[in-house]
Amino acid sequence: MSLLEFVSRINPVAASGAVLVLVGVWGVLARPNLFKIAIATSVMETGVNLVILSTGYIRGRTAPILDSAVAGTATDAAGAAARMTDPVPQALVLTAIVIGLAVTALQLSYAVRLRAAGGGSSIESYGDEKW
Amino acid sequence: MMRRVLVFLAVAGLAWALLPLALGSGVPEAPGALATAYLTDAPADFGAANIVTAIVVSYRGFDTLGEVAVLFAATAGVGALLTRKRLGLGDAEPEAKPAATEILVTATGLLTGLLVMFGVYIFLHGHLTPGGGFQGGVVIATALLLGLLARPESHLSHGILAAVESLSGAAYVGMGLLGAFLAWGFLDPRALPLGRIGSLVSAGSIPVIYSLIGLKVGAELSGILDALKGDRE
Amino acid sequence: MLVDVALLVSGIVMIAAGIGAVLARSLLVSILLSGGVSLAASLVFLLMGAPDVAMTEAAIGSGLTTVVYLYALARARQPDEEDSDPLGNSVKGGR
Repeated sequence: MSLLEFVSRINPVAASGAVLVLVGVWGVLARPNLFKIAIATSVMETGVNLVILSTGYIRGRTAPILDSAVAGTATDAAGAAARMTDPVPQALVLTAIVIGLAVTALQLSYAVRLRAAGGGSSIESYGDEKW
Repeated sequence: MMRRVLVFLAVAGLAWALLPLALGSGVPEAPGALATAYLTDAPADFGAANIVTAIVVSYRGFDTLGEVAVLFAATAGVGALLTRKRLGLGDAEPEAKPAATEILVTATGLLTGLLVMFGVYIFLHGHLTPGGGFQGGVVIATALLLGLLARPESHLSHGILAAVESLSGAAYVGMGLLGAFLAWGFLDPRALPLGRIGSLVSAGSIPVIYSLIGLKVGAELSGILDALKGDRE
Repeated sequence: MLVDVALLVSGIVMIAAGIGAVLARSLLVSILLSGGVSLAASLVFLLMGAPDVAMTEAAIGSGLTTVVYLYALARARQPDEEDSDPLGNSVKGGR
């Protein structure tokens, strides 16, 4: 029973998101390959999204969409609002995911460009670049 | 060796910073005051059944406009970086690509129309059901990706993508200005009649704005895929 | 309570896929595992009552992002093994 008690005291979404952020940071720092860095960045980004969304996780509540299942027969707004989770982090994360794809694509096109200019695939080979 | 120690220290430091968040934060019992206000007011204010959509399109409409602008900037960056000239391919012949299999070509013919229709369905119902402009736009981009995979030599028409993208962006700002003139502020959906909550034509200008976002996102993501696919002038 | 256990199990799957994505020697395996991270994350979003975010994450995170990675990988003439080209020599002489 102690395991269930432990689970009920922590926020499981925040815990897994935080570990995923750490995995992503480790990947960015420890791997030299340009494409591997991009992959680790997207893993980290998923973790950050989970951490943001975890602040809106409320046990036993359902999605913030008003339909017959939430509102019951009568459409009382206050009663329905008491059965829905926090919509604000969801709205923020929704746009963050789309931005994430565009930023990943930009990152990858820089990698393609560097490769096409004859550079190596390891970030070590760009150590003396002047920016 | 030194580097391994530094990486370990960085990760361990971040872990120490994140530990209270992961183990000590717990789960809140109820949403905060702002979220509760959104939950109770959004159906009455805007007639939107999906409250996330109401926040994305109207309460935080400025955020979404800025987000679409960032998406446009990133797409323009990808397109500018990956032209044949910039990649030093100049006059070289495009590489011969293996032809797609019969199964893929046939399935593409059958599925493309259905997928585009599904994307339009998702963003038209964004104020009623889960989904909206971003998800619908991604589904449309997937349909166009299927076409690119089935005909490896083909390209999406750059003119059409640019026209859809810029027209829907301009119309998005136009709908916002309409809200400023006819209702209470920029991007206010009450510029159009609210209708009965739960019906397709309701929630004022929310479905219109979200459909425009869907077209814009679909065109931009298709542009990214076409640029990354390669051999673009 | 049951939802919390399900969330924790999907979280463990997600973390395992993430560690695999960072550790894998082959870039292809790594890309597919990072798509798996997104798929498990979309399950987590669905379980915690965020179907909008779950749809976005499933369509973008595990769908389009994987395609973008694969196109870029093919485009860069990058050998599949991560460290097979440490000195930066051009691979097939085709540029």
